[in-house]
Amino acid sequence: MVDRVSKQFGGVRAVDGVSLEVRPGEALGIIGPNGSGKTTLVNLITGFVRPDNGRVLFRGVDIAKSSVEARVRMGIARSFQTPRPFYRLPAFRNVIIPLCSRRARERLGSGFGRREEVALDLLEEVGFERDAAAVTKPASELPHGYLKRLELARCLALDPQLLLLDELFSGMSPAETASLIPLLLRLVQEGRSLVLVEHRLAELFQVVGRVVVLDFGRKIAEGHPAEVMTREEVRRAYLGGEVSASA
Amino acid sequence: MTAPGAYRRERLDRGIKVRSDDIFALAGWAELVYLAGPRVAAAVLLLVFPLLRNWTGDYWQTVFLVAVAMMLAAVSWAFLENVGLVSLGHSLFFGAGGYLTAIAVLDLRLPPLLAVVCGTVVAAAGCGVLLGPVLRLRGVYFSLVTFALPLLFARVIEATKILGGTEGLAGIPGLGSLEARQYLLVVGLLVATFGLQRLLDSDYGLVLHAIRDNDLSVRASGIPVGWWKFGAVVVGALPATLAGAVLATHYHVVGMSAFALDYSVLPLTAAVLGGPGTMAGAAVGAALLVPLSELLRAFGTLRVVAYCAVLVLALVSVPEGLFSLVRRRYHQFERWVPL
Repeated sequence: MVDRVSKQFGGVRAVDGVSLEVRPGEALGIIGPNGSGKTTLVNLITGFVRPDNGRVLFRGVDIAKSSVEARVRMGIARSFQTPRPFYRLPAFRNVIIPLCSRRARERLGSGFGRREEVALDLLEEVGFERDAAAVTKPASELPHGYLKRLELARCLALDPQLLLLDELFSGMSPAETASLIPLLLRLVQEGRSLVLVEHRLAELFQVVGRVVVLDFGRKIAEGHPAEVMTREEVRRAYLGGEVSASA
Repeated sequence: MTAPGAYRRERLDRGIKVRSDDIFALAGWAELVYLAGPRVAAAVLLLVFPLLRNWTGDYWQTVFLVAVAMMLAAVSWAFLENVGLVSLGHSLFFGAGGYLTAIAVLDLRLPPLLAVVCGTVVAAAGCGVLLGPVLRLRGVYFSLVTFALPLLFARVIEATKILGGTEGLAGIPGLGSLEARQYLLVVGLLVATFGLQRLLDSDYGLVLHAIRDNDLSVRASGIPVGWWKFGAVVVGALPATLAGAVLATHYHVVGMSAFALDYSVLPLTAAVLGGPGTMAGAAVGAALLVPLSELLRAFGTLRVVAYCAVLVLALVSVPEGLFSLVRRRYHQFERWVPL
């Protein structure tokens, strides 16, 4: 999937020769202290950043030089760590934007006149109540947890084959995360690949079967969550970071 | 506003506005007239004015022609502003439309009407290609480039003496009668004003607005932002290039002055005066500014001073724009309510 990719910003090696693979119907967790290169890795896979060297393979095709839009068309979608909604638009209109893309028109049949309906379905899927005021409120008036779910709905509107969620759970209440976990598990069951970048390990481990640990841009461990967290180098990396592992 | 201490001003939607907001508009004649009335009245005014030639005289008919051309340029400006591309060089579109029409009719020997159509479309597409590389620039950086381009063209024409140099391209045959030119522009204006507003209100307009506010999420939504912006520039340029093309056939000549600063400033001023954000507002602004500028000729050299004074006065007293003010008064009433 990702083969020895590197990216340097100035003198900082943000991602340094990282390789990892996600199979269809698999959920992979990426963890590591702040600044360990998790988000850069997501940016490399989705095309927001081009790698200095290394390959990014998606279904056997090297997409390292493809544009963001081309990757979305192939079935790669991502959410942003800090929600980036269209603040002035009502929630359901936020979802209309991706529904105008080619991928959505081909895969979800979101042609003219069908978009509102599809948008409402997607919002319901991520936990907006269909008739609730939240659906028609401008995104700027929605609480944080809703914005995160809106971000997820925006991704689902692209019917992704590979979905990268950058700290989806951060800032969400336990009740909110609990309501989303069954949805994520269902996406995996449908044969999609999920990559979750997450600090909230307890929730993460309910979804993923495998984690990759990054530190200073390098992969320091990979394997089953419970097993990985007992390793010495992982503990050291986390104790140096500011996040206390809850697992 | 005497002693509003114990009172506050309240603005409420008129009953008919509330009733006609939804599909209930079809419920009765009153609602239909309320909704369609202003639009139809404006359209009728534009369509009837050329018929009053005996009464107004040729002078004001020519002013009308120029005013409609400037309204087109203003609508074009307002559309691009709406999608986040603030142009300070609208004379680029205007001049390109004029020059390409001249080339089409003089060098390619096309009939005038076909030349105008080709000039309009090719100029808009050409401007899109020209601006393509700088579309990734945001805000004032894009504006600066658009500001520079028409100046650059004028200097290139002056220095290399291409396209007739400082003399310009003369001998462009007129496009039918004055009425024919007027109606071509009026139809273009109606299509542009209502069509572009309609486009902005559709899902495509939604995407264009989203690109302005947050292009990263639009890219993450799988929409090729660059192509969309290119399309917006081409579509948005069309009204301005049409204005340039028709005025070239009216004056029988197109010269460096087509790239003059005036044609860049007027659309911007018109849109701000009329009320930014809407196509109709920009058109209203231009419809007021051009005749105003003519009326002020009596001031001689002081004309520009008087013009600026009127402009500043309008902007200070009605900052929301004249069109926005009238529209608000049409839809809402005000009253003082005790606190």
